[in-house]
Amino acid sequence: MLDVDRIRKDFPFTEREVNGTRVVFLDSAASSQKPTVVLDAMDSLYRTHYANVHRGVYSLSEESTTAYEGARRRIATFIGATSHRELIFVRNATEAINLVAHSWARANLQPGDAIVLTHMEHHANVVPWQILAAERDIEIRWVPLTPEFELDLTDLDTLLRDAKLFSFTAMSNVLGTINDVPALVAAGHAAGARVLVDACQSVPHLPTDVTAWGADFVAFSAHKMLGPTGIGGLWAPEALLDAMPPFMGGGDMISDVRVDGFVPNELPWKFEAGTPAFVEGVGWGAAVDYLDALGMANVRAHEQELTAYGIATLTDRLGDRIRIFGPTDPAKRGGAISFELESVHPHDVAQVLDEAAVCVRAGHHCAKPLMRLLGVSATARASSYIYNDEADFDALAAALVRAHDFFFGL
Amino acid sequence: MAGLEDLYREIILDHYRAPRNRGELPVPPARRAEGFNPLCGDEVVLYLDVDDSGVITDVKVSGQGCSISQASSSMMTAAIKGKTEAEARDLIRAFKALMSIHESTLEGGEADVDESALEGVRLGDLEALKGVVKFPVRIKCATLAWNTLAEGLDAPADS
Repeated sequence: MLDVDRIRKDFPFTEREVNGTRVVFLDSAASSQKPTVVLDAMDSLYRTHYANVHRGVYSLSEESTTAYEGARRRIATFIGATSHRELIFVRNATEAINLVAHSWARANLQPGDAIVLTHMEHHANVVPWQILAAERDIEIRWVPLTPEFELDLTDLDTLLRDAKLFSFTAMSNVLGTINDVPALVAAGHAAGARVLVDACQSVPHLPTDVTAWGADFVAFSAHKMLGPTGIGGLWAPEALLDAMPPFMGGGDMISDVRVDGFVPNELPWKFEAGTPAFVEGVGWGAAVDYLDALGMANVRAHEQELTAYGIATLTDRLGDRIRIFGPTDPAKRGGAISFELESVHPHDVAQVLDEAAVCVRAGHHCAKPLMRLLGVSATARASSYIYNDEADFDALAAALVRAHDFFFGL
Repeated sequence: MAGLEDLYREIILDHYRAPRNRGELPVPPARRAEGFNPLCGDEVVLYLDVDDSGVITDVKVSGQGCSISQASSSMMTAAIKGKTEAEARDLIRAFKALMSIHESTLEGGEADVDESALEGVRLGDLEALKGVVKFPVRIKCATLAWNTLAEGLDAPADS
């Protein structure tokens, strides 16, 4: 288990107050806070080792390049990749999925082909495929949900029949639902489809082994796992990446350019055009070192225990005035708890909570198809991470009671 | 620090709890316009009956959203019913002027308030929404219905 009091000392945001109260940060599913080691790693690179990477033969450039490529290797190891060549740095998980849609899908999908998504996808794993579908006349099929907010796999084999791609989230950013990735990958492959896993929510919170998953593509982001914004990752096996056409063209992604054409660079740089976010890459490397030191199994155990406490506390304090959207069994879900407070719009909930310095997300969480399915326009969502403890959920519950009283106690 | 009471004035809560002119009108003859706030999923669907002399004879609104967006659309329907299209446009300009200084500042732009838009226009109960400007992210909630109204007025009569 985690020593949250000690962890909190590593995070400068814990000293921040809003309205004279310590900040209760429960929006890590949107983006996590950053520990000092991540900020220091980036600061140190900027101050003392900074020069563009992959360019100069002088010391500073070598130092930057070593720090950046060293981070890539550690992040690759962190997710269970067998080689750093399998890890493409992109801007975020959204760009990772768009890279697959532009490069692999445009080279491999024909009019009439089908893509299978699920009803719990983030817009990042919906809209790139809708753009492609409109362009190429491609069919999109949807795996429905059960009343328990899990994937309804009853007709999965039918949905996957002749599909070219199965793309799904490992953990829902709204419901918290954890999907059985290896089983879904196996089902997709059995049907002859390529499989993309949107692991943006799961990598920060669960031990990850992309090699054991056996998927074709895995997308994830740094900023939800203690790292900086502006960098994310696409993992794919080397043979698949080798066979794909480049995504964006420019510097760094070539090994030769002549007036009559170019030769792409080797992996992973083939997909990394232009000066990359290498300072952010180094920050991300420090973030995975920090998580490694805690141990991802401990991170998961902490979160499971805290989520159980959070759900129990909210239910206890608010009774039937609160409705939680997501599995009730903490073993089947992550730390994102979406809820509706009876007759109070989520946006108003978040506003009243802000007075108590409780930060929750209110809105559609970039999952409007799911919102429509749930019959709501928006939900409020409290999501925890390694720096949260029981007191944070006590503060949330107290603030929700106050919000309800504010609108109905007048 | 602005308190919650600045934002959630009693008249706003009253319109939220008991919204005026809820519903739909047959299209045509009514005009229909939709507005969305992508940030929070607020949705306003507006129906306008405008007679040959340009008077808004009936107005209905449906959709869903937070207290500010729903109260603002309820107050808007009460304010424009029976008014001419020209008067409704004056109200839009005046209301947006009330909100605009903070909205443009939030988006990093220059404050560009059309003070003249406020002259000679009686905002009445709508003044209660003035507190919203102290909560910049909620301004879009308040202006959603008004942007939708502007679209509805511009829409061709058979839409």
